[in-house]
Amino acid sequence: MMRGHHDIGGLPGAGPIDQSQHELSDWEILADAINQALGAKGIRRTDELRRVREEMESGAYHDMSYYERWIASMETILIEKKILTRDEIDRKLAEFEKKWGEP
Amino acid sequence: MRVDHSVDQSNDAHGHEHPKHELSAVARRVYAIRELLLEKGLLTEHDIRCQIEYQEARSPANGAKIVARAWIDPAYKARLIADPKAACLELGIDATSINEFVVLENTEKVRHMVVCTLCSCYPRPILGRPPDWYKSFNYRQRSVNDPRGVMREFGLIPPDDVEVRVHDSTADIRYLVLPVRPQGTEHLSATELEKLVTRDSMIGVMNALPAVPKIA
Amino acid sequence: MSTSGAKFKAGDRVQVRLEDRRGHIRTPWYIRGKTGWVERIHGEFLNPESLGHGGDGLPKKVLYLVAFQQGDVWQRYDVKRDKLLVDIFEHWLEPAN
Repeated sequence: MMRGHHDIGGLPGAGPIDQSQHELSDWEILADAINQALGAKGIRRTDELRRVREEMESGAYHDMSYYERWIASMETILIEKKILTRDEIDRKLAEFEKKWGEP
Repeated sequence: MRVDHSVDQSNDAHGHEHPKHELSAVARRVYAIRELLLEKGLLTEHDIRCQIEYQEARSPANGAKIVARAWIDPAYKARLIADPKAACLELGIDATSINEFVVLENTEKVRHMVVCTLCSCYPRPILGRPPDWYKSFNYRQRSVNDPRGVMREFGLIPPDDVEVRVHDSTADIRYLVLPVRPQGTEHLSATELEKLVTRDSMIGVMNALPAVPKIA
Repeated sequence: MSTSGAKFKAGDRVQVRLEDRRGHIRTPWYIRGKTGWVERIHGEFLNPESLGHGGDGLPKKVLYLVAFQQGDVWQRYDVKRDKLLVDIFEHWLEPAN
């Protein structure tokens, strides 16, 4: 029997709840907005995104931050639906990284 | 003419600005994804900006308005419980994107608490974005088997003769807790009452704030 | 609220299927095999198990609000009167004795 790594209700070992709140970064607000826009346009359904997150490798799921998980699952669903390819995204990112540079 | 979307001249996000070369390997990919979606005409800048504005317009102030009105007006409260989306619209709050909306009324003998153990479902059209703690693994793990322990961390200790009811929102239902009206608030206006209704009291981990005693 | 064709009604005792099904399941692991009662019939909704894999979610399934005594869900739970409520689809529920 396989319990999904996201299916964590009641699992032992949870600690105190960190009540601090971080101010959202630009990239998080953007991830949120793109995700919602894709939903509004019917390009992806909420349950598809959830399913992709659930299929994520367990280590990745637990190590990524909340919006990193969203970006990763958004990318996976867009590739699955043949809207984008991994290669395209890598190449576009490489273009940007040249402009962003390093200090 | 091709606009360079990698440079944030658009200022369509108003968050904390990180130098982009400092972003994590995953985080930075959102910029590449955005550019490609725009280039392919799947989304427009307007689509993205609309979502940002939609989200910014939603905050716990919406929920507070609903709760304060329910406290003051018993007929409104009845309508709210019977048909929450219609009651929201009466106050100009658009909850139509919620598939099914249920209001959980706290009483002297019952306290409700809401969680989504499987992800982080939350009534965003009413309350805006969920707080970080609501999305945390610890909250998702412990709410269902140790709700009183969680409440205690937020300063809420219901006595044993009060029933604690935890809702795990696993499907399309979104829940809003209607907290108990604090004692000694009969003299307060709706606007003053709204200030007592915190986001956390509408998730159920806390009570509404107590009234500030009136100085005679 | 009632849905014609709903298998259960408010007050019926039900048991959650103890099943390990592949795919996008919204019935949490911790509640599988547990017995509670129907508190409310939410109505008919698209099936997430289909939607999650690009399906159209049809046929719609009846969704219930099912309540459980906390003491019946966890090995140790100290306050007798506390309850746990979960939204569960009809195909995950069986009549309980």
